[in-house]
Amino acid sequence: MIRASAAVPVVLALVVFVAAWKAIVVVGGYPPFILPPPESVAVRFVDAWASGVIGPHAAATLVEIALGFAVGAGLALAVGYLLARSPLAERLLSPYLVAAQATPILALAPLLALWFGPGLTSKVVICALIVFFPVAVATMVGIRSVDARLLELARSLRATRRQIVLTLEIPAALPNILGGMRVGVTLAVVGAIVGEWAGAERGLGVLVNLARGSLFDIPLMFATLVTIALVGVALYVVVVLVEGRLVGVR
Amino acid sequence: MTGAGASVGLRDVAISFPHGPDRIEALGGIDLPVAGGEIVSLIGPNGCGKSTLLRVIGGLLAPDRGSVTLDGDPVTGPDERVGLVFQEPRLLPWRSVADNVTYPLELAGWSRERADERRRVLLRAVGLESAAAARPTQLSGGMRQRAAIARALALEPRVLLLDEPFSALDALTRERFNVEMEKLHARTGTTIVLVTHSIPEAIFLGDRVVVLSPRPGRVVADVRIDLPRPRAWEALDEGIVSAAARRIRDHLGPADDQLPDALTPPDRRIHDLWVGE
Repeated sequence: MIRASAAVPVVLALVVFVAAWKAIVVVGGYPPFILPPPESVAVRFVDAWASGVIGPHAAATLVEIALGFAVGAGLALAVGYLLARSPLAERLLSPYLVAAQATPILALAPLLALWFGPGLTSKVVICALIVFFPVAVATMVGIRSVDARLLELARSLRATRRQIVLTLEIPAALPNILGGMRVGVTLAVVGAIVGEWAGAERGLGVLVNLARGSLFDIPLMFATLVTIALVGVALYVVVVLVEGRLVGVR
Repeated sequence: MTGAGASVGLRDVAISFPHGPDRIEALGGIDLPVAGGEIVSLIGPNGCGKSTLLRVIGGLLAPDRGSVTLDGDPVTGPDERVGLVFQEPRLLPWRSVADNVTYPLELAGWSRERADERRRVLLRAVGLESAAAARPTQLSGGMRQRAAIARALALEPRVLLLDEPFSALDALTRERFNVEMEKLHARTGTTIVLVTHSIPEAIFLGDRVVVLSPRPGRVVADVRIDLPRPRAWEALDEGIVSAAARRIRDHLGPADDQLPDALTPPDRRIHDLWVGE
């Protein structure tokens, strides 16, 4: 899918990034507990994965993201459709949706942790909440922009409501919906980490805190941050690949 | 390909649309019988409600008064016996040509095997077998409209409603489509109601050319075209054609730009948008 020639700039950019990191450490003379050099982070990354330090935490975070994204995006599809097709629903709901979105998730997380406890549920709720808005808005915009002439065609062919949704509106809105999901999936990572910070026993967010605090293992903290970033990139790529499959060439 | 054409009956059909505080009358009492298997061309100035009339026959718009019948049955909504071809092909861009053509079968719940067989027949009928797997965007305008025609024929309609289906095509392609449409009609015997802006096209295809007045649309002339079929552009009897064209033109009135100001509604553009012309 990605040609070798297309990979060259990507690899080059990575090399430049790592070299700049190393240069800042050397030139600035920072101690490892402020900014560890890239090679010691790389060693710690491999070591922490090999010895099973990161694995269980990463697994916990991925479960939170997967469930939160599924719940949030699922609800967003339904609500986004409703907003697009019912002006009344839009007038009634949109102030609350915007208000919920405007309130920083960081400020809501402690409250949600209080309500839903330190377990999986509070993380799923936080993730779902943060995923919901971009996917709902994208769905609404996508459904609204379905060509009215195609809707008339479907009506002339005596399509049922359900057939119109499944064979016309959803396929037509799919590029928009998947665009919202691209944003949503990276936000889901943020949601999971924020949720873990508000109280959890396991997860990459917990590990960042542990490495910084009681363990005071700054290279491990960096290795965890790298893991979080890689999770975000990987999930984003998954959505892009799904998009390529579903939307393809039009 | 299909059974005999169904007759269409329009009696005193009137329809108006809300426009700000009041309403605009689009059709002002249309009486129009169409016999089964007949081709009727509808012609008239912009905004006379031709497309609206087609949508009323197709069950997409309910008239304010009057009755619409298909083989004597009142029309209450889109009917399986009616196939529609719009000015634009209106193909679903994410589907292949073949899947667009069989879309009506899918909606009607046909089994895959039955639909596959029908698909082959339809694609052959419009000469698109080799483009079956292509996406609509890969086709020329003419090929897209062929696909739209095949789709309209999918459920073997007994009435075909054509809303300026060839107006976006170049002149030569358009003439060829007219010839093919006549052949199709000879094979299937389907009733055809064609909305067009072209007097030659109206005459070439029509058994009758019905002229509508400016809004509110009313029938102002019903010209019978007594030309033998199959018709060919080169062989059309020029005497009959020009006499018919003159009669039609007389009833169409002066060209648009010569209309006195009082007859040119300032809101025509907006109106045309929602009347769908």
